Amino acid sequence: MEYVIVIVALAILALVAGGVVLLRRPGGRRLPPPAAPPVRTGTVTEEAGEAGSIATAPVDTVAPEIELPPPSAGRLVRLRARLAQSQNAFGKALLAVLSRDALDDDAWDELEDTLITADVGVVPARQVVDDLRNKVKVLGSRDPAQVRELLKQELIAQIGPDLNRALHTTPHADGKPAVIMVVGVNGTGKTTTCGKLGRVLVGDGRTVLLGAADTFRAAAADQLVTWGTRVGAEVVRGPEGSDPASVAFEAVKQGIDTGVDVVIVDTAGRLHTKTGLMDELGKVKRVVEKQADVDEVLLVLDATTGQNGLTQARIFAEVVNVTGIVLTKLDGTAKGGIVIAVQRELGVPVKLVGLGEGPDDLAPFEPEAFVDAILGD
Amino acid sequence: MFETLSDRLTTVFSSLRTKGKLSESDINATAREIRIALLEADVALPVVKEFIERVKERARGAEVSQALNPAQQVVKIVNDELIEILGGETRRVRYAKTAPTVIMLAGLQGTGKTTLAGKLARWFKAEGHAPLLVACDLQRPNAVQQIQVLGERAGVAVYAPEPGNGIGDPVGVARRSIDFARNAQHDVVIVDTAGRLGVDQEMMRQAADIRDAVRPDEILFVVDAMIGQDAVTTAQAFLDGVGFDGVVLTKLDGDARGGAALSVRHITGRPIMFASTGEKLEDFDVFHPDRMAGRILDMGDILTLIEQAEKAFDTDQAAKMTSKFASGEDFTLEDFLEQMMMIRKLGPIGNLLGMLPGMGQMRQQIDQIDEKDLDRVAAIIRSMTPFERSNPKALNGSRRERIARGSGVSVGEVGALVTRFFDAQKMMRAMAGGMGIPGMPGTRRKVVKAAKPKKGKQRSGDPRKRALQGHVETEIPALPPTLGGGLPGGMPGQLPPGFQMPDLGDLQGRKKK
Ligand SMILES: Nc1nc2c(ncn2[C@@H]2O[C@H](COP(=O)(O)OP(=O)(O)OP(=O)(O)O)[C@@H](O)[C@H]2O)c(=O)[nH]1
Ligand SMILES: [Mg+2]
Repeated sequence: MEYVIVIVALAILALVAGGVVLLRRPGGRRLPPPAAPPVRTGTVTEEAGEAGSIATAPVDTVAPEIELPPPSAGRLVRLRARLAQSQNAFGKALLAVLSRDALDDDAWDELEDTLITADVGVVPARQVVDDLRNKVKVLGSRDPAQVRELLKQELIAQIGPDLNRALHTTPHADGKPAVIMVVGVNGTGKTTTCGKLGRVLVGDGRTVLLGAADTFRAAAADQLVTWGTRVGAEVVRGPEGSDPASVAFEAVKQGIDTGVDVVIVDTAGRLHTKTGLMDELGKVKRVVEKQADVDEVLLVLDATTGQNGLTQARIFAEVVNVTGIVLTKLDGTAKGGIVIAVQRELGVPVKLVGLGEGPDDLAPFEPEAFVDAILGD
Repeated sequence: MFETLSDRLTTVFSSLRTKGKLSESDINATAREIRIALLEADVALPVVKEFIERVKERARGAEVSQALNPAQQVVKIVNDELIEILGGETRRVRYAKTAPTVIMLAGLQGTGKTTLAGKLARWFKAEGHAPLLVACDLQRPNAVQQIQVLGERAGVAVYAPEPGNGIGDPVGVARRSIDFARNAQHDVVIVDTAGRLGVDQEMMRQAADIRDAVRPDEILFVVDAMIGQDAVTTAQAFLDGVGFDGVVLTKLDGDARGGAALSVRHITGRPIMFASTGEKLEDFDVFHPDRMAGRILDMGDILTLIEQAEKAFDTDQAAKMTSKFASGEDFTLEDFLEQMMMIRKLGPIGNLLGMLPGMGQMRQQIDQIDEKDLDRVAAIIRSMTPFERSNPKALNGSRRERIARGSGVSVGEVGALVTRFFDAQKMMRAMAGGMGIPGMPGTRRKVVKAAKPKKGKQRSGDPRKRALQGHVETEIPALPPTLGGGLPGGMPGQLPPGFQMPDLGDLQGRKKK
């Protein structure tokens, strides 16, 4: 029966793929988008209760204790130190290569390897090293410190030092709040980022409202509520399985009504390959835009992500016009080199980095510090 | 540009007509391409290096068989090596001699441990066990609640005595859970733990303490298929810090090539046991090394497709279809509709098609397909009378007009569907022959002939593809059915590389028009 399946699948492709092309030919009529929201391919159950659990503890007894966050300035120094520390081994290896007597082919290859190991990608790594090699030839330099400096400049250039990395969080002149949407694939740190970002903003004296537009994953809204309590932000949530677009709409509406400065909308993790879910995300954004501009769409990328990160960024950018990247989990051993390719190809700047699970582990992205961390101080 | 290793290698070899052994320069050129392909699939660099050495070694000794061109020969070597490293065979769960069997999950943050715990619970339950989920992630906000919800969905008990969100001692919970399980007659205990970094000494210590408290029969390291070069560092850190017996690869429903599978297996020697392939509890399967090899090399995942299909398809119906193909009877629109409905039960059509080998090049097209398009096709067919469905040739202008009205599309679209259907019919007939369905006189050679005239008209404009098509025509007759896919029993699950090309080339040609 295998044959049958293969044949039928191909036949469907022949029939439908051809169809797609025909239906989407410019000038051809397109069907209006369906009125009903796309249904997530997940089972949605009723409210979580005690039934399935044997021993249950009340989870809502944790008293909210909002400490005042430290000023944004001080945290950067601390975080940078942490970043440099975790990336040091890499820098050492690099220096070892550079301080060899002769920079032969092997040395250059090793240099390229170091970049590949940081998930920079084969093609960009080769390009960077080739450029560097030419420069070194022209300059006739052998000094490791100088070569390192050249490499650093090369990498910074790749990252695009001129990109505007400011986060638009200022309320609009008409009194409407700034709206930030947080998107990305599953488990990258979206909800955590919403919490941390809320905390930074609250620390800077803003009023923040969080919208729990992840109505799909079990306990996702509760997770955001916990963060809201922790950082001192109100949370708008809907019932599990409800339409995420309407939750987002509600959140922004409430934000406008109560006059908060910033609304941050957390969305469900979704793989960029799932067209239905990507359509849903597009809808969330469109619905929000009915009442207010979406000032930032932040794509959360996990630093451990390999080459797939570029595909993710590409597709999310297509669907919701990403305005910035948040690179999370940089406190681990992963280097997050994929953002170099992402910035180069899409021109979307990394705006923030996540450096831990705590509420204060979020920092602005600085190209120079990032490269320094990659190359080791 | 060149997405698959086969494509890359075909380019390398397009100017060569090597006979006998591969030359050293052939091998080096090949090695470079394999290196890039593996790195782009996120295989960790040290693993790539060792792997390349092994492949080179084998390529040196290998005769280029008559059946394969040099490119195919090397792809086959690479594929065989991959399968060998990825595990050769899948290992089953080791159950404890005296219940309960304890399974502990460990891994980085955000890899999908909690969801996996739910899936495992559901899976064990389906296998006739009485599992207990233990909530030892007391770190991440509301992880406890998440596992409670999952437990409820899976219909499985959850041991969650602590509220979490930073409150409670995970080691204590783990320890007490074993007694609890024993008393409540649970024979499998699944311990979910908080995500942690390999460099976080304190948290690694805690994981080791949990391990010592429950003495698990299996520690499973959960790793995200999207992970890049860090896979080796992290896998090693977890191996040193807690140790693990098996690996679970998650988020395989995305399009990451999953080179991490190779990295982790190679570095730690631990088998990859399960694959997690979606957000639903049932999106879970044992791991198949051969499929993973195909995926890393972008050779499709046809076996998964077949297995899923077997679950959803009605055997009687499939048998009916087979005999239909075999007798040379035509596949009607009625059959098509019926089959399409069944195929849709397997999940989003894009996922499904993505699993077919050789689809890498059509990814863009596949991505464009969505369920709405299927609905449209179905609506058009449904507006036909039974007579029309079995005799599409009878669809004249007035009938088409009626159908268009009935399904809310233009007459042109109905016409286009009918045309495409005739093409699809031809293709299917050719394929049925080519796949050696019992009772069908066709051979592969014949298929090529059948496909040739079409191809003659629509040669690919892409020189690379043209080269490939050229190869294909001459190579097909003797291609071993197992090339690439490593399928057991000579099943044609992995379409020989040349086989699907003409038809797909056709589709692409059509697209350009
Ligand atoms: N070490 C570290 N862990 C992080 C960081 N950001 C988030 N995490 C952790 O990663 C895990 C997943 O984070 P979430 O915020 O739930 O991720 P999400 O993207 O909202 O996940 P879904 O909504 O399930 O797709 C949690 O355990 C977080 O504590 C970071 O910068 N560093
Ligand atoms: Mg979330």
